[in-house]
Amino acid sequence: MKFTRRKAVIGGIVGGGFLGIGFWFARERDRLGSRALFDLKPGEAGLNGWVKIARDNSVIVAVPRAEMGQGVQTALAMLVAEEMDARWDQVRVEDPPEDGVYRNVDILIDGLPFSPEETGTVVDAAHWLAGKLGGVLGVSATGGSTSVRDAWLPMRTAGAVARDLLLRAASRKTSIPVADLTAVDGEIRRRGGGKVATFGELVDSIGDLAARPPPPLKKPSDFKLIGTSPPRIDVPAKVAGSATFGIDVRLPHLLYAAVRNAPTFGGAANGFKLKQGGLPEGVEKVVIVPGGIAAIGKSWWRANKFLDEEVEVQWQAGPEPKLDSATLWKRYEQLLDTGEPALTRTLGSESAPAKVETVSAIYRAPYLAHTPMEPMNCTAQLREHEAGKQRVEVWMPNQSPSLMRLAAARTAGVPQSEVAVHTTFLGGGFGRRAEVDLVRQAVTCALAMPERPVQVLWSREEDIRHDFYRPMALARWWADIDVAGPAPRLAGVAKRQVAQSPTDQFPARVIGLPIQGKPEGNAVENPPYAFASYRLDAIVADGSVPVGFWRSVGHSHTAFFDESFVDELAQALAKDPLAFRRELLAGKPRHLKVLDTAAREAGWGTPLPAGSGRGIALRASFGSIVAQVAEVAVADGKTLQVKRVTCAIDCGPVVNPAIVRAQMESGIVYGLSAALYGEITLADGAVEQGNFPDYDAVRLADAPAMAVHLVDSGASVIGGVGEPGTPPIAPAVANAIFAATGKRLRSLPLRLA
Amino acid sequence: MISLTVNGQVHQVDAEPDKPLLWVLREDLNIVGPKFGCGVAACGACTVHVEGQPVRSCSIAAGDVAGKSVTTIEGLGQGQVHAVQRAWIENQVPQCGYCQPGFIMAAAALLKANPRPSDRDIDEALSNICRCGTYSAIRRAVHRAAAILGGAP
Repeated sequence: MKFTRRKAVIGGIVGGGFLGIGFWFARERDRLGSRALFDLKPGEAGLNGWVKIARDNSVIVAVPRAEMGQGVQTALAMLVAEEMDARWDQVRVEDPPEDGVYRNVDILIDGLPFSPEETGTVVDAAHWLAGKLGGVLGVSATGGSTSVRDAWLPMRTAGAVARDLLLRAASRKTSIPVADLTAVDGEIRRRGGGKVATFGELVDSIGDLAARPPPPLKKPSDFKLIGTSPPRIDVPAKVAGSATFGIDVRLPHLLYAAVRNAPTFGGAANGFKLKQGGLPEGVEKVVIVPGGIAAIGKSWWRANKFLDEEVEVQWQAGPEPKLDSATLWKRYEQLLDTGEPALTRTLGSESAPAKVETVSAIYRAPYLAHTPMEPMNCTAQLREHEAGKQRVEVWMPNQSPSLMRLAAARTAGVPQSEVAVHTTFLGGGFGRRAEVDLVRQAVTCALAMPERPVQVLWSREEDIRHDFYRPMALARWWADIDVAGPAPRLAGVAKRQVAQSPTDQFPARVIGLPIQGKPEGNAVENPPYAFASYRLDAIVADGSVPVGFWRSVGHSHTAFFDESFVDELAQALAKDPLAFRRELLAGKPRHLKVLDTAAREAGWGTPLPAGSGRGIALRASFGSIVAQVAEVAVADGKTLQVKRVTCAIDCGPVVNPAIVRAQMESGIVYGLSAALYGEITLADGAVEQGNFPDYDAVRLADAPAMAVHLVDSGASVIGGVGEPGTPPIAPAVANAIFAATGKRLRSLPLRLA
Repeated sequence: MISLTVNGQVHQVDAEPDKPLLWVLREDLNIVGPKFGCGVAACGACTVHVEGQPVRSCSIAAGDVAGKSVTTIEGLGQGQVHAVQRAWIENQVPQCGYCQPGFIMAAAALLKANPRPSDRDIDEALSNICRCGTYSAIRRAVHRAAAILGGAP
């Protein structure tokens, strides 16, 4: 085993684990931040790092996470507003400055080498340490369905501290004892009496009030806002067309840059020739940028056309310039048979029945592009703010300002303190916008055009051909069925799977850490079922194709493999797919309730017309449990229509039910686009697809009717919702196709013909 | 010089005649509500109205729109919140929101031509792409907008 620094740190805390426990409860207080921290403007008073009040009676909440459609501005603001008893219509949000208190601790905890079901002192201690490290080394990042999980205690604590401060400020201002005051609907009132002051009237009374330890948080039964669906903060601007996405950033003297990336992965531009001998009007410079070449000018459209028509680039090929999909699949098939596993895990104990029949199946999942609706872009400006001192400013729809700052600083050769990153609205993220390729190109362009802001924008073709793809994956499941007794019985199951690892590639390309050769964690999570024995061999493929975090990451393909095979086992044992799953979940009441809810609401077992079928799938991911039933109709034996999807989720406490429902529908549609159409293939080292006509997405006409049911199992631990809706849909549809046609589709995308 | 009327205002634009309307709006006129999504008229994020008809502005040359009247999301409500926008807010449709101006413009044009569209009419007229999957909310909102335009409170 390689001994990494992270293992050394965790080993240290595990060795002295008891040390951590005493400080466990300090975590929320550590993340409060000072009253001066949150970018105070005239007429505003800071209550802590997360909230300030203004004379116009606004309550302004710090939201340091990227709004990419998941409703994070609304959900996080609700946490603060609830505990301070603010009125929803007085709440606004702002992006706070860079500071350790805003960093995402949960996203680091997710990276710790424990399975989600492991708990106990040692794990708690390691979590505490990660919390501490999160503030010191951590990242400001949005991903892994962690935002609300991470903010759940710190932001509620910030709200409670703010409320306490406002009560004391009102008491000082009016000489009414604090004990006689209470906060209701955005104002301080006398208990059982009338208004004493609005929040906004207390701006000048906070001053030097002493800090006190955080008061206790509300009991869930006292919540007024949490658990309701107030209007989303981001909706009015998005409906008016005035919301500013990265592509909408407009600055004085702005220039635009179009880019061509090297056709093969890992390639670069060595040089270029201008066919007309010079630059046309409207194009100011051609620059070699990391991974490609950029044309900078007054019009993006003109610069893009110029690259197509007037520039001949000398490309340096990447390491695998002849790679094609058929070769890759052959390589993966060899690895599946003979590859050395990077991780082997066994659960239960293998038995040796007298008479065994083996069921086995091989499943495939292709590379997938993210295709967020807003094409990739980044705006950067380099300015000399005093003689010889450069400062870089970046405007970007991104999922990690920390990583963008680091990459911008390294590209420009300035300290990180000389980089400011402004995060705009994201026109979709899905994991693609955690990558630093665009910021490197934009800062390179800015270096070539000092003092001028340059907006780099990729065409859709560049986006689809130069993504960091959901890994292509191959798996073989097999099971021993004990046929010695009167009824066949499942003895044990095993899986070998092959895929590249985004968690291996990402730190290497973004920060420069060495490759560890470890599989991506979501892809190797244990199934929830009580198999008598289970063995996993995970083989990590290397290769030059860049892979990244695609909504739900490893769950997106392993859920298809696992839940398809569970259906095949039910078939082999002549059992109903729902009943078979129920047997294997006897000790998992939360999973059972979710599964039963989806089945009941979908009318599982009730008759359907000929050519139609229902399929069920269950997947726990990112702290939540989701089951989906898909109902499909297959006309003429080959035309597939997904008619409806019934979804049940247990995500623990629900902050905003409308947003949870919207995220489930969103995850279903995103996963369905991939299940029905998504496939990136390679020929001559390059991606064959280029735009929506050959990399399509579900549209209104093929969007199923959807019903989402929120399951309350009484769990107090909060789960994520941005990603867990995606994994179950592909297997649910594949299982429904089997029910409708008797055809078992084991490759994605699901093609009948 | 190309003469364009956008949201009721006449503009003289110094642009090449083959420059797509989308880029004239975004780069020359600083009207950024219409979005770039694909450049090949496949996703509908750039939808605007030309003489009242829905048009994918990434794939129509500005020269072909000379002298015509263009409406973008910014001008849809003529200073008010248009019925379609109101229905969109009531149904809390947007997630990331990037595709929504295109959907709203396509929906407004549909309702002008067909005040009581069926689900099938909506599916056919709104062939835009939303990667966040807001489709069921969009369907509800179009029916609601039809009701508002028909006089419902």
